[in-house]
Amino acid sequence: MKVLNIVETAYRATLEEQDDTILWLSQSFQNAGGDISVLLKGNAVNYLVKDQTPFNLHFGDWPQTKPPELDRDLEKMIAKNIRIYAIAEDIQDRALPQERLIDGVSLIKKDQIVDLFEQFAHVWYW
Amino acid sequence: MLCKTLSLAIMDAPYESANSTAALRIIHSALNQDHNVDIFAYEGAVNLTMKEQAPHANSIKGTTVEQENHPTTKDWIAALFQLAREKGVTLNWINCGLCVDERGAGNWIDGVQRGGPADFITSVENSDAVLVIPTR
Repeated sequence: MKVLNIVETAYRATLEEQDDTILWLSQSFQNAGGDISVLLKGNAVNYLVKDQTPFNLHFGDWPQTKPPELDRDLEKMIAKNIRIYAIAEDIQDRALPQERLIDGVSLIKKDQIVDLFEQFAHVWYW
Repeated sequence: MLCKTLSLAIMDAPYESANSTAALRIIHSALNQDHNVDIFAYEGAVNLTMKEQAPHANSIKGTTVEQENHPTTKDWIAALFQLAREKGVTLNWINCGLCVDERGAGNWIDGVQRGGPADFITSVENSDAVLVIPTR
């Protein structure tokens, strides 16, 4: 079952969850036998930036020792054969330099989205 | 620095939005600078302080509960209550009673009180600054 998960809302509770919940769910679906791909659009294309270093979060004496590592999570997903797509214009609009992005991501233009959707049995816009 | 009082109204449920973490960081900063803070937790925000919250392992990362050190908002807020005690300032946390009842969310960590919108109005009248962080 080929599924495309679209992630647009970026950094939604990632500090609390230590993950992006849909990237996590995509991996869980893949482990359960799904054939999962992910399309990053809008602000979520910033997940592609390498070496993101979340700040040292703490409340009173409570330190959070395991921050989210969204770029590394994406690299692990790619290694697990989860295809990652991203909208090229959204990257350009945010002036994200190509050399700072992780490798292995398929960039598509907005006018190619419909053709991309045709490749999947299900398209889920989270 | 003169001790002042900040009132915050928050709405987001835990694990759903960066708003919760941002609000707690503001509270931490205010307490840490010796200011009093009044919180009115409305709608989903009443779940932030639920006692039954429990950290979990991460099966995708292959980490145990201990390795993951998964945060819970009730532990974060308990740490803020502790910080207030250490600083000798007040953290007054009010959960909206009706919001609690409709969610069955009445078992909280120590320090949280039941109240209502009138408490927020009273708090605003007695505060030096007010911040509303709504759900979007």
